[in-house]
Amino acid sequence: MAGEISDAIIRVRDITVQFGKTRVLDGLNLDVKRGEILGFVGPSGAGKSVLTRTIIGLVPKIAGSIEVFGVDLDAASAAERRGVERRWGILFQQGALFSSLTVRQNIQFPVREYLKVSQRLLDEIMVAKLGMVGLRPEVADRYPSELSGGMIKRVALARALALDPELVFLDEPTSGLDPIGAGDFDELVRTLQRTLGLTVFMVTHDLDSLYTACDRIAVLGNGKIIAAGSIADMQASQHPWLRQYFHGKRARAVMG
Amino acid sequence: MSGNPTLERIASGNGLALCATGSWTARFAPVLERMVADAEKLGGTRPNIVIDASRVSKLDTFGAWLIERLRRSLTQGGVEAQIAGLSANYSSLVDEVRRVKAEPIVETDRVTIAGMLEQIGRSVAGVGGTLIGLIEMLGAVLAAAGHVLIRPRGFRLTSTIHHLEQVCWRAVPIVVLITFLIGCIISQQGIFHFRKFGADIFVVDMLGVLVLREIGVLLVAIMVAGRSGSAYTAELGSMKMREEIDALRTMGFDPIEVLILPRMLALVLALPILAFLGAMAALYGGGLVAWLYGGVDPEAFLLRLRDAISIDHFIVGIIKAPVMAAVIGIVACVEGLAVQGSAESLGQHTTSSVVKGIFFVIVMDGVFAIFFASIGM
Repeated sequence: MAGEISDAIIRVRDITVQFGKTRVLDGLNLDVKRGEILGFVGPSGAGKSVLTRTIIGLVPKIAGSIEVFGVDLDAASAAERRGVERRWGILFQQGALFSSLTVRQNIQFPVREYLKVSQRLLDEIMVAKLGMVGLRPEVADRYPSELSGGMIKRVALARALALDPELVFLDEPTSGLDPIGAGDFDELVRTLQRTLGLTVFMVTHDLDSLYTACDRIAVLGNGKIIAAGSIADMQASQHPWLRQYFHGKRARAVMG
Repeated sequence: MSGNPTLERIASGNGLALCATGSWTARFAPVLERMVADAEKLGGTRPNIVIDASRVSKLDTFGAWLIERLRRSLTQGGVEAQIAGLSANYSSLVDEVRRVKAEPIVETDRVTIAGMLEQIGRSVAGVGGTLIGLIEMLGAVLAAAGHVLIRPRGFRLTSTIHHLEQVCWRAVPIVVLITFLIGCIISQQGIFHFRKFGADIFVVDMLGVLVLREIGVLLVAIMVAGRSGSAYTAELGSMKMREEIDALRTMGFDPIEVLILPRMLALVLALPILAFLGAMAALYGGGLVAWLYGGVDPEAFLLRLRDAISIDHFIVGIIKAPVMAAVIGIVACVEGLAVQGSAESLGQHTTSSVVKGIFFVIVMDGVFAIFFASIGM
């Protein structure tokens, strides 16, 4: 199991989550180091999104504790919690853009709410963020319903990055992107991590992302972390699911 | 957390160094923006200016962009400006924002008088469109009904029963309660005023005619428009938003037949039943008040009721119900299918479904009143 890491930005201890009678997460422990890109994999329905949503506080847990930026989220006051929320950005699986706001308003929304800056700076930052995620400024006045799936992902990432957070959660960021776009996306995540010192918690199934973008990989199974470590550790693992995952047809294709 | 950002000016020969320190991050964006705006005024005062970023402890997109913006506006002011002292990591960030083209984006659609007039014109012209849309939907529903008549297997009984439960069975308590109260109020007001003429007993005539002919069905129709019309619009609208209706169509099903016909049928069956129950509840409430408040005992009430009203009154009332149901259903379905991709649009169309539904119900009631008057019913 992942040992104690002193510089953990997320510290999850003995998390148990249950829906009705099904136990989705069962005494799960996980640490995410500051400045790393953690790839999070596991079979479909294993509870990867549930863990993400539990950490960010959208799913109630029945036991365990979660610390983000050293703040225990259960014990935190409303103000402390807001402080934490301002420092993280979240990319939801479906984008979760506000459908009645334009792209521009979507990206500017968190900035406008948290910082008192001029409209000019808001617009410039919005264009910069759009550029970072590989979109042209012309899409700024479109509504989410007028965007393609890949563009929605990119805009949602731009919104997640709007306030230059220290930590981002990405829920399947490259699904629905073409391979070139997905490659650019990995590159982008890498660049941001290098320049901004970003910590990334990435749920993904994209083997390419795991190979090129992630520093460390954690695998979820049976409600627990069954393995955590570098990609080489994963390949060396004898766990049947991991063997299948990292030595299957697609994995071989990626490794060449 | 590192300290507040500053931008010191240090003269060096005939040039100037702007020395940025502290953390240039989003948190300090308002301060940074003011500092940069001040420094931008230096444009033209010196031949060359160096922006020294070597003592910046922390930099993010906001800081990087503001430094880049300062460089640009100084360059525009004819100064040879450059950024120096960036660490390798930060310089790639500045390179990233350097690609930003900062043409000011002009907000479109401003409110003008001409624009407002145009809006009014479009709304008026839109009325015709609405009517055509309703007639189209009526035609489509009738065609689907015809199709189902020829091929009864295509009829969706389960769905119809499900909607019947939603719009009829589950509506009974609230409809009965409200009509009961309305009956009480009409009766109380009637007795209060008729008593001045010693004509207490005529409250029964008023109650009977009013409830059976007009109020009963009209009130129930308005309640159904608010309760079920809005639900239909919201259901169909969110299905439209998630492309479920398109999916249905591509599988070779007609959304009118699958989604709208069962809903329409359920509503057309439900409204007469609810109107009847509502009328009974109103009469009961009115009778109760007449007895307790006006001293008209139940036997006298029933005798008087039998004299005052004929079956015609009841028929006039109940015949209107299915027609009103059809109007409510068609308005709700047209609005539901008109929903665009946003949550706001769903809200607008649900509102307009209820408003239009109630409006058309009242218009229909007027049309019926003229019709029945001219055939002497």
